[in-house]
Amino acid sequence: MTAVRWAGLAALVVAATVAQAVVFPYVAVEGVVPNLALVVVVVAAFSRGPEFAAVLGFCAGLLLDLAPPADHVAGRWALALVLVGYLAGRVRRDARSSTVTAVLVVGACSFVGTSVYALSGLVLQDAAPDAGSMIQVIAISVLWDLLLAPLLVPALLRVFDRLRPQRIESRIGH
Amino acid sequence: MHGHRGDGLGERRPSRRVVPLLLFAALTVMTLDASSGDGSPLDAARTVVGNVVGPVETATADAVRPFSDVSGFVQSNKALRAEIARLRARNDRLESQVATSGVDRQRLQELDGLTRVARDTGYSLVAARVVARGPSQSFSHTVTIDAGSSSGVRADMTVLNNQGLVGRVTRVTRTTATVLLIVDRDSVVGGRLGSNLEIGFLQGRGEEDDRGRLDLDLVDNTVMPARGDAVVTWGSTDGVPYVAGIPIGRVEAVFSSPRESSRQAVIRPFVDFTALDAVGVVVPAGTDGDRELLTSGRQQ
Repeated sequence: MTAVRWAGLAALVVAATVAQAVVFPYVAVEGVVPNLALVVVVVAAFSRGPEFAAVLGFCAGLLLDLAPPADHVAGRWALALVLVGYLAGRVRRDARSSTVTAVLVVGACSFVGTSVYALSGLVLQDAAPDAGSMIQVIAISVLWDLLLAPLLVPALLRVFDRLRPQRIESRIGH
Repeated sequence: MHGHRGDGLGERRPSRRVVPLLLFAALTVMTLDASSGDGSPLDAARTVVGNVVGPVETATADAVRPFSDVSGFVQSNKALRAEIARLRARNDRLESQVATSGVDRQRLQELDGLTRVARDTGYSLVAARVVARGPSQSFSHTVTIDAGSSSGVRADMTVLNNQGLVGRVTRVTRTTATVLLIVDRDSVVGGRLGSNLEIGFLQGRGEEDDRGRLDLDLVDNTVMPARGDAVVTWGSTDGVPYVAGIPIGRVEAVFSSPRESSRQAVIRPFVDFTALDAVGVVVPAGTDGDRELLTSGRQQ
């Protein structure tokens, strides 16, 4: 059963990455698409906590870094999504209390994730944008994620709660 | 710090170790990849991931493409109306095929254009389609095409379409290739002015929509580029990474300041990067692959 759960998680992350690269460019605003992988990591943090979300964030980020058409220094999205998973996990108690808070947390995480990615580019001098376009891209990407969060968060929460192994639930029960 | 009371210790303690460990891992990956330049140890991982995700991207792109070209369908619908009416009367199933014929017709047109390019330039082309695009959040302008090493595509090959130069291949997996667009900030192309054959270097500005422009630095600063002058690729030894004579764009504006040693011209590229679909990869003549080559010799 655990293998099935992991396969489900992997399929979810791959689907998010592929949709982001293949489907959403048709509706992209200024080339910016919703960061579905980031939303998946944030919802994982709501459901399973910072530790699990950081691991999932690392894997999802590495997939974003390595899967075509990525051409930047690998590890940049991994770094951003580990932080996002950890931060979202820290506030998960508040985020689970209401959908509005959850959506706002997604927006904040989108801001943090995209900014960390962009700033890592400045440090590494790899695909580094100028400040103007950086702010514009980050703003559009936060708006995208805020727009999709009310639809995605409840649906993904249900998926993650279903994928949650039994033993974690019993531990929380103590 | 509500977390201390809220979560049990058993759940919080591992996160203290795991998160720094993962951050360290991400930084290690970045350092490894950034410092080793060519032949990065991450390239093997890239190939593996590309071989798995590439076909998924291609399949998804094929599945969503008929829905993506609604406007093209509406345009050609007029001419097809009579035909559709006749077919509807005959067979409902045929009707759905007509609905996607706008897409097919456009594709045929683009492939015809590519064949013309192959004939005009004399280069052998492998035809491919764009299946995935890098998001602007990644701040690099790359696309995935659905032809890879199995079709004879290698890194550092020129990619063009029927409008002009698109970019060059940076990475290849078996069935897909990643193309760096010429509007990317990291892309530098040697260009030659059409009117006086002066050479210079074109660099992208990192924007691919209507504002997408290239900056041309001329080597000889006594030359004055004229507005509207066409720029073609200069070409390098063995056509790596760019073959010669591919149209890039037109001079839109010219700047020169006394302090700078060279004149700068702004080039508007011929290619519409927001609507990239059918592209051709310039391959050596007689390349063996699973796709038919478009060559200058073959008529059709």
